[in-house]
Amino acid sequence: MSPLQRLGRWIGNHLILAGGLLVLIYTFIPIAVVVLMSFNQPKSKLIYRFDSFTLQNWLHPCADPSMCHAVSRSIQIGLLATVAATILGTLMAFALVRHRFEGRSAANLVIFMPMASPEIVMGSSLLALFVASGFGGQLGFFTILIAHIMFCLSFVVVTVRARLAGLDNNLEQAAMDLYATESETFRRITLPLVFPGILGAALLSFSLSFDDFIITNLNAGNTTTFPMYVWGVAQRGVPMQVNVVGTLMFVVSIAIVLGVEINRRRQEKALV
Amino acid sequence: MTAVSAPTQTPTVQPARRAQRPKRKLTAYWLLLPGALWLGLFFVVPFYSLVATSLYDPQGSVLTGYDMTWAFSNYVDALQAYWRPLLRSLVYGGVATLICLVLGYVLAYAIAFKSGRWKSLMLVLVIAPFFTSFLVRTLSWKLLLSDDGFVVNTLQFLHILGENQRLLATPVAVVAGLVYNFLPFMVLPLFASIDKIDHRLIEAAGDLYSRPYVGFFKVTWPLSLPGVVSGTLLTFIPAVGDYINAELLGSPKQRMIGNTIQSLFTDANNYPAAGALSVILMVLILVLVLFYVRRAGTEDLL
Repeated sequence: MSPLQRLGRWIGNHLILAGGLLVLIYTFIPIAVVVLMSFNQPKSKLIYRFDSFTLQNWLHPCADPSMCHAVSRSIQIGLLATVAATILGTLMAFALVRHRFEGRSAANLVIFMPMASPEIVMGSSLLALFVASGFGGQLGFFTILIAHIMFCLSFVVVTVRARLAGLDNNLEQAAMDLYATESETFRRITLPLVFPGILGAALLSFSLSFDDFIITNLNAGNTTTFPMYVWGVAQRGVPMQVNVVGTLMFVVSIAIVLGVEINRRRQEKALV
Repeated sequence: MTAVSAPTQTPTVQPARRAQRPKRKLTAYWLLLPGALWLGLFFVVPFYSLVATSLYDPQGSVLTGYDMTWAFSNYVDALQAYWRPLLRSLVYGGVATLICLVLGYVLAYAIAFKSGRWKSLMLVLVIAPFFTSFLVRTLSWKLLLSDDGFVVNTLQFLHILGENQRLLATPVAVVAGLVYNFLPFMVLPLFASIDKIDHRLIEAAGDLYSRPYVGFFKVTWPLSLPGVVSGTLLTFIPAVGDYINAELLGSPKQRMIGNTIQSLFTDANNYPAAGALSVILMVLILVLVLFYVRRAGTEDLL
């Protein structure tokens, strides 16, 4: 290898890593702004820039009570949608991985389509359905919940299915060989092994539901979720407490991801 | 049993299991039923309602009710009135997808091949920023790109931007927002594909005296094509339908089709036009996706 080539390869090696790190840093810039602005005391409600440091936003997160109502409504909807979507989606994933049946490809298509459709189209279709079936006046909590379960479902199926497909069948066979009944095998072998996938799917569902704006906004009526609250205040002056919620969302999800990872490593060590 | 089995079925079924088959088959339908019902009722049926809505008599209103008049003219009217935001959405979405592809490829490649033992940490870092609310993130871009902000000042100092030029309320800001918000949809599928590539193949290209960039375009790029296809689709589809970035970072001159559909539904209460536009958008995307997948598929074969 000539020195020139070696130099080229060295640059290639480190240039790509440096480029990757730059892209990564770029994705964190707005997060830094969110954290910074959560400590901001704005001079005017209409000018969105950092003026001076304060802890007031963190001490009084509910200075605007309607924001806290919106957050708690988002959490309620998120939890209910997560539970429903995770149960329905896990059942579907089991059917798709463990069973052969007619209409399989149709089922796969219907599960795939919500992930490949623009949200604005799904949102307006649902709205058209609700209005056509006479529920146009009752848009609110339940119509949002219905929509959220619908779009979380596919993501749950895909996540659990991936985990289930990667499972080692031999473990279940071994349990059966050792005279475990079908339900014992399921409870003590299959479920614990699939559980990380189910947990991941649930976390994904919650964050999808909590963060959804486009579908929710079309089907919400007068109900306000947190993203809709932010949308509203974006036109008329953003209270800095919005950034407190943003920072908290970031910190809590990082803590959950790290917790899951540490737990996994500990279990792996325990096995060795 | 064999007569109805799917062609993909694996032929090695133990004889003992075969007796259980009919029962297990029913189990599959029971497991599938609740979720399938939900998707059927709230995903498939709504499309029918949407198409029906798009053919309603445009003279009606939400209060008085709509008559079904098979008004196909709604489509012509909608296209004539709103072809600009529709075209703009496709262009913005396409440009954002291309930029995402470049940035995402560099990041995914670095994680797959250059990150060593930091691989799983870097993967977590890719999605970490996106745990914060979409809207709050986009608001911070509004701050970053504001007229006396750091980015504008730097660009003006470098004379890339003129004295009175701004970033906010320009197509640049909207596309930048789209790129940022949909980047993980590009990185994750790309990573999944690149990570699977056998590194020895790339080394073999080098051993056979191919220059690095030739090796890249002859080996790495073709092998990562599945990730490129799914990444570009997962980025392009939501980016075309998005209107949050256009609303928060743009001006009425950057309105995208999502803005139009949304305001036709909620502000103007013009359901037939909004329905027609939604159907047009969905059909356009389906056609583009089918065309693109077929194209990418054949290129893969060549």
